[in-house]
Amino acid sequence: MTTTPLGTSDGAAGPPRVDGEPTPPEAPRGAVREHVDRTWWDRYGETTTVWAARAGLLAVFLLAWQLLSGPVLDDTFISRPSDIAERLGEWWGDGTLVDNSWITVQEIAWGFLLGAATGAAAGYVFGASRYLYRVLDPFVMALYSIPKVALAPLFIVWFGIGMNMKILLAAVTVFFLVFLNTAAAVRDVDRGLIDAVRLMGGGRRVIALKVVLPASMAGFLTGLKVSVPYALIGAVIGELVASNRGLGYLINDSASQFDTAGVFAALVVLTVIAGVLNLLVGLLDRRVNRWKPLDH
Amino acid sequence: MTALLSTHGLTKRFVKKDTATVALRDFDLEVEPGTFVCVLGRSGCGKSTMLNLLSGLTSPSEGEVRFRGERLDGPHTDIGYLTQSDTLMPWRDVQRNIEMPLELQGVAPASRTETAVDLIRRVGLEGFEHHYPRELSGGMRRRASLARMLAGNPSTLLMDEPFGALDAQLRHELQVELLRLWGEGSDQTVVFVTHDIEEAVLLGDRVVVLGGLGRVVVDRTVDLPRPRDPDELQVDPRFTGLHRELAVALKGATR
Repeated sequence: MTTTPLGTSDGAAGPPRVDGEPTPPEAPRGAVREHVDRTWWDRYGETTTVWAARAGLLAVFLLAWQLLSGPVLDDTFISRPSDIAERLGEWWGDGTLVDNSWITVQEIAWGFLLGAATGAAAGYVFGASRYLYRVLDPFVMALYSIPKVALAPLFIVWFGIGMNMKILLAAVTVFFLVFLNTAAAVRDVDRGLIDAVRLMGGGRRVIALKVVLPASMAGFLTGLKVSVPYALIGAVIGELVASNRGLGYLINDSASQFDTAGVFAALVVLTVIAGVLNLLVGLLDRRVNRWKPLDH
Repeated sequence: MTALLSTHGLTKRFVKKDTATVALRDFDLEVEPGTFVCVLGRSGCGKSTMLNLLSGLTSPSEGEVRFRGERLDGPHTDIGYLTQSDTLMPWRDVQRNIEMPLELQGVAPASRTETAVDLIRRVGLEGFEHHYPRELSGGMRRRASLARMLAGNPSTLLMDEPFGALDAQLRHELQVELLRLWGEGSDQTVVFVTHDIEEAVLLGDRVVVLGGLGRVVVDRTVDLPRPRDPDELQVDPRFTGLHRELAVALKGATR
């Protein structure tokens, strides 16, 4: 027999014990947890490097754009960062920026919430019922495959050119993405986990709340994550097609006057909105998926 | 009859398209209260199917399972089942997993924490209360699963090759711990499925050898004194005799 404790290979085992015989206190009982001394650099070094590289890359890109625009490339088409900043300042001063951004943000937020809520609800219902899923699957896929932009004219007829039409256009896309991801996750729930709860005496309600809901959370969140850009697309396309307010309108309006700085300024604002939305979903993701493996 | 758990003419068929696979045919077994019964069989002899039926997770195609004289037609909280694979909830830490059966029984939070902490100590998982299953080794997950099953305090325990996936040393250790936990518990009845003869003889009061389709080939009591120690048993002539007898039975069972 080897003299090393059994637990070292597996991390789980302590030395074998005979009935009634107390374990010697110095023997490692299972895996051992130790304190690790880490310097500031060990802790934040990688994050700092990554952020510094990101900032550097952005600075180089903006500088190159600024310097090349005019002497090398035609600034009528690509504008330049300083002009864009100036335009943003101008719009900020006269309230154009805040008013139009607010409209678009509202459309995105309502569209996203509406689509996510209905998508998740439908996903749970469909995922839980095998027959319903099988019957409706081809129809859902057909509807999902329609380019949502093609619905814009129809939505104008139905809902007018106000905010509702943009909200619904955004919501439709978000709905399908959240719905499909949630339903797939619900159908994928490990049968063993459900049986474990049945053995504990849990009925359908308990299984739904304590197994299906947490197990499908990852799929639901994936749906939310991938649908963020589509909420923006829905709202902005809606504005491009027909509107007199919003960032999409600003883009259209500026482009029609050949004001590329204005187009880029509106795009910058859209990028910021998208970034903030992604950040919010990311925070939710981290809060919910704490149980995921440590290394990923 | 005083049998706690019994089966009568139990048959299970799995139907796929136009063919049915018969996993178990006319299986009869009676388990006396307070005994440790080991069911020994080669893979594919219907052992797992039998346990799934005994636990009430699946329902038989024919025949019935009776628990305490009543027909069993669904999972029963007084029957604990430790499956081959881990079914700990990955989003719950060790302690919350172990508390889960009590949570479903409506036990007050303070009292379930108390039970869970005690069980965590008994299975040797102190310090890992707040680790998630994925952060544990295979052996630790088995311990946690065992603790979770015991938390509901079932009178009957069903185990399906619970230590099959572990290395030999760890398996030995967990077998000894299981015997200790079983000795500590009141008078729990255990049905333990395995394909390992040594394991069956070490643990069981009675060994039932299954042939194909759940045919009972040998059903004999193991009269080795308790507590049993795996290392000492290896050289005990009664153990080797029993081992040989069961090995022959198991070999013959396939024909």
